[in-house]
Amino acid sequence: MFLVDDHAVFRSGVRAELAGERGLSIAGEAGTVAESIEHIVASRPDVVLLDVHMPGGGGVAVLRGVRDRLGGDTPVFLALSVSDAAEDVIATIRAGARGYVTKTIDGAELADAVRRVADGDAVFSPRLAGFVLDSFTGRSSVPEPALDPELDSLTRREMEVLRLLARGYTYREIAEELFISIKTVETHASNVLRKTQQSNRNALTRWAATRHIG
Amino acid sequence: MPAGRPSPDGPSRLVRRNAGRVIGGVAGGLADHLGVDVFRVRVVFVLLGALAGAGVAAYVLLWFLCPLGEDTERASAAERRQAYGLALVGSVVSILLGIAAAGTPLANLLPFLVVLVGAGVVWREFDAPATGRGTWRTWARLAGGAAAVVGGLAVVVLLGDPDVGRLSTTLLAVGVTLAGVVMLTVPLWMRMWRALGDERAARIRDAEREEIASHLHDSVLQTLALIQKKAAKPDEVVRLARSQERELRGWLFGDPAQHGGSLAATLTGVCGEVEDDYGIEVDVITVGDLSPDDEPHAERRRRWAGLASATREALINAAKHSGERKVSVYCEITDEQVEVFVRDRGVGFDPATVGEDRQGIVRSVRGRMDRFGGSVTIDSAPGRGTNVVLRMPRAHEDDPHGRNMPGDDAVASHTGRQEDGQ
Repeated sequence: MFLVDDHAVFRSGVRAELAGERGLSIAGEAGTVAESIEHIVASRPDVVLLDVHMPGGGGVAVLRGVRDRLGGDTPVFLALSVSDAAEDVIATIRAGARGYVTKTIDGAELADAVRRVADGDAVFSPRLAGFVLDSFTGRSSVPEPALDPELDSLTRREMEVLRLLARGYTYREIAEELFISIKTVETHASNVLRKTQQSNRNALTRWAATRHIG
Repeated sequence: MPAGRPSPDGPSRLVRRNAGRVIGGVAGGLADHLGVDVFRVRVVFVLLGALAGAGVAAYVLLWFLCPLGEDTERASAAERRQAYGLALVGSVVSILLGIAAAGTPLANLLPFLVVLVGAGVVWREFDAPATGRGTWRTWARLAGGAAAVVGGLAVVVLLGDPDVGRLSTTLLAVGVTLAGVVMLTVPLWMRMWRALGDERAARIRDAEREEIASHLHDSVLQTLALIQKKAAKPDEVVRLARSQERELRGWLFGDPAQHGGSLAATLTGVCGEVEDDYGIEVDVITVGDLSPDDEPHAERRRRWAGLASATREALINAAKHSGERKVSVYCEITDEQVEVFVRDRGVGFDPATVGEDRQGIVRSVRGRMDRFGGSVTIDSAPGRGTNVVLRMPRAHEDDPHGRNMPGDDAVASHTGRQEDGQ
């Protein structure tokens, strides 16, 4: 995996925390947008841990830059940010990140999240689940335009998984609660993220705009 | 920041070439901006110039409006010759076309050309950096340019309308001179205007910086100083750091739920208070929201205050007894009801064999919810943490709890404020 963060101290902290984790090795790290794109394209990591706030366009610019250079062969991005503001989370997910976790996450959870995105699953922080729920339910007090038919495309099960995620449950706990396998929980989460990235881009943008954060 | 430097993010501004300019630097600047060959841009200007002088007008306007760039490479002699040649060709072509198409005699067009060349010479001098030039040359150029402009204008006026010749010569001289002065000083006005804009931008930046500095001083620096003093008390340090983080987060990311009187804001506020008072970490997620405008009846608003204080009790319960330092709060506001989940992964307990002290707290949560028509579900098992679910139905017309109820006034005041921005 590859570390992108403009704070060297934070990078070394993540390095140290992940040092003892099995199956994880750090392919490199970078502190600026341009440097990150170069090194990621050169080293072809499986997973990129991506900081959201960086000078020169931030994590979204890195995502776009790497995608432009590598096309379909792009590594998986997991956003790791101190910011849990709606606009950061939504912009990063829309740009194609496979998950979003905040920097207060502990080492074991982070390692778990990295493995999960590497396997092709989505990783949600409770915060991200909350934002997605908010946008899909459309029940907020802010009046919204008529919802797309696509908006109802979240299945009941996916909603349940999301709600438990938002309540701070781990994937394992959700599996126990709903009597399904962890793999199924991961599939639901991945589907939600896919729908969020693709079919509901417009709805999310509108949702963000109605809250003056777009 | 000097005008014309491309800002670090966002599209770069169109600037004229400075050292690399031949006449006004417009074509060069445009070529750099568009990423095309400068020769093509010049040819386009010449061709447009042939269209009743459109190219000339565009060139002059761009000269006015674009600030000078900061390039340092001088144009090569060949490029200069080429550019001057193109300018000459352009002038000749537009004059010829003017004669051929509009039937204007050459004598009428020439003065215009003289005015343009004169203005060009003068504007170039204004553009040039103040140093590194012989002053007598500068003055000679300025004087020559001014003479050309005024002379050309005078001829234009005299030729244009024979009747004008009968006007008072003094009046005419004054008019022509005024027009000439205006034309000649355009670059000066533009420069002053731009300087004014720069100054205003700088002032705004300074004010912003000052505001940020004073905010950081009042918050982060003060907290860091306190943390240094209390380094021996880890609990206190964690508490300070958490509350500072929350405050700074609200300030930086402007979470709308952090201010205003909405239900989500009230709950977030309650969680923050418990976080501070008990030194625990509370993760709050809210879905949907309810502003005071949605609940016009003060009596009904009090039920949300009741819900907030029940949430507080549940949180305090978790802080005191769970042994866990991290509690999740999830609040979902729907059209039918409001649900609040307070969850910890602490020691938990068996609800059947609950101690007298804990029963008291459970009762205080339940009591508050009951009073406002809500319900409480407590789900816990030893070693598996505790999950408290508070449910409060949204008010309906036939609701018996909409009337005179005892409430928690301290928290009720939270919901009385207007939510801003919505």
